[in-house]
Amino acid sequence: MPTIKVDETRCKGCELCAAACARKCITMSTTFSATGYYPAVCCAPDRCTGCGLCYQVCPDLAITVFKEEKK
Amino acid sequence: MLQVTKRPESLLDVKMHYCPGCGHGVAHRLVAEAMDELGIRERTVGVAPVGCAVFADHYFNCDMIQGPHGRGPAIATGIKRSRPGCVVFSYQGDGDLASIGMAETIHSAARSENITIIFINNAIYGMTGGQMAPTTLVGQKATTCPTGRDPRVNGYPIRVCELLAQIEGAKYLERTSVHTAANVLKAKKAVKKAFQCQLEGRGFSLVEIVSTCPTNMGLSPLDACKFVQEKMLPQYPLGVFKDIEGGKHDASRN
Amino acid sequence: MGEKLLMKGNDALAEGAVRAGCRFFAGYPITPQNEVPEYMSWRLPQAGGAFVQAESEVAAINMLYGAAATGTRSMTSSSSPGISLKQEGISYCAGADLPIFFANVVRGGPGLGNIAGAQGDYHQSVRGGGHGDYRTFVMAPNSVEEMGNFPRRCYEVAERYRVPAMILSDGVLGQMMEPLEFKFPEVDPKTLKAPDWALGECRGRKNRLVGSYDLNEGRLEILTVNRAQRYREIEEKEVVFESRQCEDAELVLVAYGVAARAAAAALKLARAEGIKAGLLRPITLWPFPKRQLLELAGRVKGFLVVEMSLGQMVEDVRLATEFRAPVHLHARPSGVTPTGEEILQKIKDVMKAGKGERACCK
Repeated sequence: MPTIKVDETRCKGCELCAAACARKCITMSTTFSATGYYPAVCCAPDRCTGCGLCYQVCPDLAITVFKEEKK
Repeated sequence: MLQVTKRPESLLDVKMHYCPGCGHGVAHRLVAEAMDELGIRERTVGVAPVGCAVFADHYFNCDMIQGPHGRGPAIATGIKRSRPGCVVFSYQGDGDLASIGMAETIHSAARSENITIIFINNAIYGMTGGQMAPTTLVGQKATTCPTGRDPRVNGYPIRVCELLAQIEGAKYLERTSVHTAANVLKAKKAVKKAFQCQLEGRGFSLVEIVSTCPTNMGLSPLDACKFVQEKMLPQYPLGVFKDIEGGKHDASRN
Repeated sequence: MGEKLLMKGNDALAEGAVRAGCRFFAGYPITPQNEVPEYMSWRLPQAGGAFVQAESEVAAINMLYGAAATGTRSMTSSSSPGISLKQEGISYCAGADLPIFFANVVRGGPGLGNIAGAQGDYHQSVRGGGHGDYRTFVMAPNSVEEMGNFPRRCYEVAERYRVPAMILSDGVLGQMMEPLEFKFPEVDPKTLKAPDWALGECRGRKNRLVGSYDLNEGRLEILTVNRAQRYREIEEKEVVFESRQCEDAELVLVAYGVAARAAAAALKLARAEGIKAGLLRPITLWPFPKRQLLELAGRVKGFLVVEMSLGQMVEDVRLATEFRAPVHLHARPSGVTPTGEEILQKIKDVMKAGKGERACCK
């Protein structure tokens, strides 16, 4: 299943990724990260298509996108 | 699992100091990806400005120089003329490029210096704390026009691409934005084309990136993107202003 | 090398720089230094270098900042008001430890002033000029031959210590013609070792940064203090001066540049009248020949500083001599060149007034 990984040490909680996600897979954490932000989390991995729009808008390169390898 | 996005090699793996939602981070990535894709990282020299992007010299993984406010194009000229084999870019904000450095901007275009300028237009001074920029919109509030930019007192915003389009030496000019994913992808193409313009020896190239400064706009990152869409783009329409083919540089002048 | 040539001071300066390995020049027109960019505009392309007529002095110095950062021997020149405009860039180069070379063909000031030769930019040159704590290596030629031969020394000192180096000339030296000989073999910049800080291609090495800022608390102080160590070394090793007939002198004239030519004429006249005068000509204005002046102060009756400014170098002479002997001043500011006769008169006045009387600033 495609998914994203958010680097909590880099995410500043700007929410741009959440707004960019067409399938509403990203939400903001309700707990602080070590750097004092509410980082983005992938709340619905089953909906993620790995389109990478969140990566495109992330100013901090905090998101890495993964897709399943084609067999 | 297959990792489909990768931090560009041309961007050092360090945390950037920019405020949450600031457009600089995306702009940095686009420049770095263009360097990676064109395979020019090891022969690129970048010029970091005065302003928030002063620390760009600590983010790009190529040789970097940091210079006085507004003088990026002059510094880039000195580098390019002494090392014509290098790819040279100058990264500048609106106060840097369109106010204190306007003469350097226009004359490097007039000389058609074979350099690339990445121009971040967020309509405000960032590092100094939100003063009126040469690109601040009429009516937009800033710390030096607290009731909004009044043309009778503060004059009008400058449209850089339109201004430079009149100059023969400007060979590639495009205005892009980074306020939506679709626009980021377009901006990426523009940055790459600007570097290609330099690699082909065509002369002066500039990509204007309409960007956000949530902190000094006094808006959330999302509202700042909305501000770009609704307020800035009518003043600063996106598009290619110039893309002149040919006109290859005379190598002897370098 | 060895060939006798007849050249104008400004042309000699430009040719001397090219022979010393200069391959980049950026400048902006201003009288009385225009021959330098004019000469460079055809000479540098011939030598495989680049010439740019900049849109302003501000742009010119920043082009130099860029070129010097690549390790290219480069140069800019201007005259007083233009040098004022370049000060910010010079400060950046000093802060970035870049070896740059520039020349000021001084004219009368302040303000627009006039276009005659003057020495009013002394303080600006030797005290730093721009903002922040830094020093500039300053050489003051007094002949066309020195105009042509000093650029090489400036490059060597600038590169050895990574400091800005300048030639402080003036409108008279820039415009006059004299025979000269370039007394050094032409430098092929390709034979120079590429510095380990120069920007360019980072293939096979870590990327390099050139800049002058550090926001971490205390770190900038460390950089500045380390740089000051190099300044001390320059003061120790790089002083150049000329001494004439100081051995038995009772009164020593102190003058640099074109004023030293007038002082030399006065010295000849004075000696002809049996007056025991001498001449000490600082050739490097920073570092200043402090030790030599202090040594003289112990055995002469006084000094007479001759300068084409209101009284700037006189302060350095007083500091160097620690007030052990009276220091008098003959000042002709704002574009007037003194004559040997008027200096002789001043020598006589000073000698008559006798030892112990404090200098009058006339």
